[in-house]
Amino acid sequence: MKNTRLLALSLWILSLAVCGLIIARTQFVADMSAFLPKAPNARQQMLVEQLRDGIIARLIMVGIEADSAAERARLSEALAQSLRSDPAFVGVQNGSEETLARDQAYYFDNRYLLSPTVTAERFSSAGLKDAIGASIEALSGSAGLMLKKLLPRDPTGETLALIEQFGSGEQPRNLEGVWASRDGKRALLLVQTRAAGSDIDAQAAAITRIQQVFTQLPERRADARLLLTGAGVFSVSSRQLIEGEVSKLAGASILLVVCLLLAIYRSPRLLVLGLLPVFSGALAGIAAVSLGFGSIHGLTLGFGTTLIGEAVDYSIYLFIQRADTGDARGFWRTIRLGVLTSIAGFAVLLFSGFPGLAQLGLYSISGLIAAALVTRFVLPQLMPAQLRLRDLSGFSQSLSNWATRLQRLKLGVPVLLIAALALLVWRGDSVWNRELGALSPVPAADQQLDAELRGDMGAPEMRYMLVLKAANAEQALQAAEKLAPPLRELTQAGVIAGFTSPANVLPSQASQAERRAALPPEEGLRMRLREALAGMPIQAERLEGFVADIAKARAAAPLSRASLDGTSSALLVDSLLVPRANDVLVMLPLRAPANSEIDAAKVEQRLADANLPASTFVDIKHESFGLYATYLHEAAVLAGLGGLAIILILFASLRALGRTLRIFAPLACAVLCVAAGLVATGTSLTILHLVGLLLVIAVGSNYALFFDQNTLQPNEAARQQTLVSLCVANLTTVSSFGVLACSQVPVLSAIGLTVGPGAFLALVFAAMLAPRTARSQTAR
Amino acid sequence: MRLTRHHPLIAALALSCALPAMAADVQLADLMQLLAQTKSAKATFVEKKYIGIVDTPVESSGELTFTAPDKLEKRTLKPKAEALILDGTALTVDMAGKRRTIRLQDYPEVAAFVESIRGTLAGDRSALEKTYKLDLTGSREKWQLVLTPTQARMSKIITRIRMQGAQADIRSIDFDQADGDRSEMVVTNVSP
Repeated sequence: MKNTRLLALSLWILSLAVCGLIIARTQFVADMSAFLPKAPNARQQMLVEQLRDGIIARLIMVGIEADSAAERARLSEALAQSLRSDPAFVGVQNGSEETLARDQAYYFDNRYLLSPTVTAERFSSAGLKDAIGASIEALSGSAGLMLKKLLPRDPTGETLALIEQFGSGEQPRNLEGVWASRDGKRALLLVQTRAAGSDIDAQAAAITRIQQVFTQLPERRADARLLLTGAGVFSVSSRQLIEGEVSKLAGASILLVVCLLLAIYRSPRLLVLGLLPVFSGALAGIAAVSLGFGSIHGLTLGFGTTLIGEAVDYSIYLFIQRADTGDARGFWRTIRLGVLTSIAGFAVLLFSGFPGLAQLGLYSISGLIAAALVTRFVLPQLMPAQLRLRDLSGFSQSLSNWATRLQRLKLGVPVLLIAALALLVWRGDSVWNRELGALSPVPAADQQLDAELRGDMGAPEMRYMLVLKAANAEQALQAAEKLAPPLRELTQAGVIAGFTSPANVLPSQASQAERRAALPPEEGLRMRLREALAGMPIQAERLEGFVADIAKARAAAPLSRASLDGTSSALLVDSLLVPRANDVLVMLPLRAPANSEIDAAKVEQRLADANLPASTFVDIKHESFGLYATYLHEAAVLAGLGGLAIILILFASLRALGRTLRIFAPLACAVLCVAAGLVATGTSLTILHLVGLLLVIAVGSNYALFFDQNTLQPNEAARQQTLVSLCVANLTTVSSFGVLACSQVPVLSAIGLTVGPGAFLALVFAAMLAPRTARSQTAR
Repeated sequence: MRLTRHHPLIAALALSCALPAMAADVQLADLMQLLAQTKSAKATFVEKKYIGIVDTPVESSGELTFTAPDKLEKRTLKPKAEALILDGTALTVDMAGKRRTIRLQDYPEVAAFVESIRGTLAGDRSALEKTYKLDLTGSREKWQLVLTPTQARMSKIITRIRMQGAQADIRSIDFDQADGDRSEMVVTNVSP
């Protein structure tokens, strides 16, 4: 006996030490990635990757509010100047003339390498005649004032051809020389961080830096406001939110449980003993997740607070039910079955596509096992030989009466069930929330600001894209160039409103070489010009600038990504041409026609007709819908399997179908009523609610099991003790999930709102549906 | 008129002599009032641009439509179709099948430019005087209004706008550009 005690205690302490060691080396993360699912198909994988690591994740959109446009412009300029010299930022754009001038210089200086209309034909005598004739004609139009300045150096109108290539891509408004929002009330800047979007520490530092610089701007009035948004900003703010929430939730949860236990036990010693399984479980859970996943997510810890409510139950059962030694073997069997059913429920989470849910599953399983083991083998060694609990007979008597009263309402259960079912069936598919964003911890107001600034920025709308892969950047650009003609046709046909291609600003080396080869040498050019200008109202000597520019273009070094430095096109190329480990990803954003969507079938049809490099049409909204639908389906299947596993475990251990169903019935009732309740109160159900319903079964099975076991208990006092322990255990569970329900993180509150009421209802229904024979004895 | 400020006597003399002539001369306020009565007008135009680098003037033609108080359309039909539609503060350019709308307040130079024509058509003196100095000569039957930009950034582009007309009809609009180029637009009213 003494040896067993020693063995149990030393094993326990050793395990705790090992867990402690592992935890000391554990990395805690709190970004949103755990709740961005692992994508099942390549296209969705690409999407998720881009959201997480692409350049889009490195952009911070900045809005400045101040009382006058001039003041906003001044602040915008000052902020941009200061950030440009900061190594934390790769690019800062605010629409200033400086960048504008650099952009214009890039296009104008390199027009003969950039323009798609540069061909040998165009530079023949006849081609020059046509092109120059068209340019002179264009002078009559309203753009004449600008064109006449270009004509001497660009008589073939290549600059115009370049402008047309960009189409009507929206630019932000320009007020007082800087970008402004559409309503003109904010100045806008676009900042690109050097650090990756997934490096949240660096993102947080970058954000702090911007805020610091802004507050230190000279003569800034106190009412000037800085607004920041973007993927990185969201990651940082959700991490802050999650970190803050987790410690708050854990604190509140522990406090509540401690108060409850003190109220019941009135013994600090029992309180400490009761919490031992909880802390052992938490340590084991964190260590297991750390080993299994390499790091643990803050949200997992947040969920983990609910483990407090669940793990403390075992010690409650132990202290209260065994206060007067009852049927020890029956007691432990019930505990074991309860642990098994809970584990079955959590185990299915391991297979979830959401890394966060899988972590939660592992955390809960290992935590529960550890808590149960400590309760079974360690607590009995530390418990005082004579447990002196305060007299709970008054409490248990009234509970007993309540249980009896509840039983009389048994007939109401089918009515309630029918109502719940009717509501769910009537609402049908609409009970589900199909937006991936529903899981986002970013508050709606921030999402609104993001949408506003994005719209103001006129950033290429990243909803529709053509995506393709190539072995290297050159091949990628060539592929993008091959896609341009069919896309232009689609634009003409009105299927799309336009497209953006990185090859527009950085043509492939092959195209550049081809265009360069089309430019005639100086002597030849002069001769052709003489022929072309015969009978035209323009003298050859006026076009000396043109001759000189062609000679320059023929000798110029080919354009590369480095040539774009300092222009706004650098950002465009970097975001649309993404080098990866083994290949290069190219994205061509497509613009939808005004007020309508792009007909995917038509685009795919047109691209399939031509013999073109393989590309994929992606509609991000559609994809994220699809992604979410996949996971909703997955969660439904998993929850179903979990429920089934619990029934099978019950059946295997009880070996009686009737009894199994009797235990399961209250759980099913609780699940239906909670689901109906959520729907009735206007909540649309997400994956997390679905998972919560599974947890209702997993957690609630304990109550049903003990109620069932109680019917076999001949001793009335023991039956009442069991009832008390169930109530206390239920209170701790409901309160810890209740705390979760108050969270501002939607993922946490969804689970809390589902499991809290669900656990309570499971107990109530278990009491209502308990077999009459035993209960009527109690009442007597 | 300058005399009045310097020498009351001469001014009085001048005034008494000038009185008969003044009856025939048109006053700016009168002209503006006259123009303001036009609620809508439609005209054809022929515009010739004299551009330094090109030896012969470049010609274009089309229609002008004005609807009070602030809608002006210039539709060029030859040699290439394009349209400029000015409606309130929005200027829409329709060129080669592409349509683009800009807000005038974002482009002060363009605003000043188009306001010269619209302001005249609408008889909106205060709008015109924001950016131009106005000089009116001639009679009601044959007047000439010269608009000279008062702001430096405008006069870097346009040095003078000259409009000629009879009664409420504008007959020609000439622009002199700072670089020496100029354009002449002959306007012929079409009875609505």
